[in-house]
Amino acid sequence: MRVGWFQRQLHKSEAFRGYTLLSPALIFLAAAILIPFAILVVMSFWTTAGFDFNREFTPHNYQQIMERPIYGALLWRSLWISTIATVFTVVLCYPMAYYVAFHVHRNKMMWIVLMTLPFWTSYLLRVFAWKVVLGYEGVINSGLMWAGWIEAPLEFLLYSPTAVIITLAHAWAAFAILPLYVSLEKIDKSLLEAATDLGDGPVRRFFRITFPLSMPGVISASILIFIPTTGDYITPALLGGPDGMMIGNLIQAQFGAVNNWPMGAALSIVLMLTIAAISVAFILVTFFVRKRIT
Amino acid sequence: MSDSYINKPNRPLQLYAIIFLIFLYVPVLFLPLFSFNDSIYVRFPMEGLTLQWYRELMGREAVWAALMNSFKVGITASIVATALGIFGAKAITRYRFHGKAPIVTFIMLPLVVPLIIFGVALLVLMTSIGIPLSLYTVTIGHLIICIPFAIAVLLPRFEGFDASIEEASADLGENAWWTFWRVTLPMIFPGVVASLLLCFTVSFDEFILAFFLNGTEATLPMYIWGQLRFPQEFPSVLALSSMIIAASFIIVFFGQWINRDASISSIEGGK
Repeated sequence: MRVGWFQRQLHKSEAFRGYTLLSPALIFLAAAILIPFAILVVMSFWTTAGFDFNREFTPHNYQQIMERPIYGALLWRSLWISTIATVFTVVLCYPMAYYVAFHVHRNKMMWIVLMTLPFWTSYLLRVFAWKVVLGYEGVINSGLMWAGWIEAPLEFLLYSPTAVIITLAHAWAAFAILPLYVSLEKIDKSLLEAATDLGDGPVRRFFRITFPLSMPGVISASILIFIPTTGDYITPALLGGPDGMMIGNLIQAQFGAVNNWPMGAALSIVLMLTIAAISVAFILVTFFVRKRIT
Repeated sequence: MSDSYINKPNRPLQLYAIIFLIFLYVPVLFLPLFSFNDSIYVRFPMEGLTLQWYRELMGREAVWAALMNSFKVGITASIVATALGIFGAKAITRYRFHGKAPIVTFIMLPLVVPLIIFGVALLVLMTSIGIPLSLYTVTIGHLIICIPFAIAVLLPRFEGFDASIEEASADLGENAWWTFWRVTLPMIFPGVVASLLLCFTVSFDEFILAFFLNGTEATLPMYIWGQLRFPQEFPSVLALSSMIIAASFIIVFFGQWINRDASISSIEGGK
């Protein structure tokens, strides 16, 4: 009976066929994302009691996060570091995407593969590579000393927010280049010719036509980098040192050495809500700014 | 188009592009360079070439065990993710249904949300329903990121071929199953291969989810993470990293290449 109904629906309704085909992936992702999140939210209202959880419902963890300055400071620093890394990455990647979109005419695909290839290799190993480059006795320091340009290693290179920012910008470049490239590639070239014919020089033309039209790419690139970098913990763990610690390290510590899972859960929720709020605010602000300009 | 004055060559920009690519690749290339260095210190001047770190690595049981674990997880995750991705991509391109945009956004979410959050959330789920951490839980974690990749790779493949070919096959009397085998699959085959290769690489190289979800058996990135604490292990970590990076480059390049026509159409689709 039920099989008969199912097949009839399959035959009759296009939407039903769509949902059926999509259901394995969707059900898996829903089960593997939504259920754990729900449990995470519940756990964030627990506390620890010895080696076990005290399952009594209390906002204790959130109060702690509000009251103790270390949490706010780390969250603030994470947002700050990833904001700088985001701006840095988008500014550096924009000319690159511009070049491929406007000046490469043959083998575009080869350029795109070249720009995104490193992104597919292990994130851990790319971060590790920067440790080798920036280390106290690393490539830069030993190279400069060998050349006789410096007497002692430059200490600010490793274990600092600077090291984290450089590494994050390098690691997430592909996330900036692709959306920037797509938005630049879409621009109708005749608009640029029109601007030139009407007397705009290259600089004016860029700021009045090209840049505004590429804003969707800039916005998605910014968000695509800002969100994952805020929660990153490999880079600060390997390169950050004490001053480069980020919220991700704190969350990891709650599930590791500190062994306070409910606190880790609460921190994860706070991190997610903060990221979501900032992303939405960013999208709204850019949306209204664009509306007022045009 | 190429004769337009807007597209006239821009030397400074070209120089910038070349420097950009150098900066993108050079840090990674220091790993293989120093893996041949005959010293346990990573510093200039290099002290002569050696293969001893590679030789030493080959003799380690733990490396081979970690490699096998990574293969098991990577192969399972890539096959399952690609299978689900084929159905998902077909549903998204072929059928109209309500809520498609939010559903696609939801599926792509794992590509952006910090992986530490998924790692922590899955860890909490597994322990609260009493599933012991193992390579299975790592595989489940990797599926979360592989499925969106698989769908993203396969979508342009489905968009690139005419649905009427499938309809013709159905009209000529093939049932849905044979239509899939004899018409759809051959058409999307490069996408399937690309999806398998890319998902395998993503899983093979993934560290954060494996870190939270693994039990006693380490995958290769986990093994490397463990070795990073010991300064005397640095050269062998360099050798291992170099091999992983070389393998990833080759696999991904091949995957992108075999699927290049679809990738081009998806990137330039908006024109």
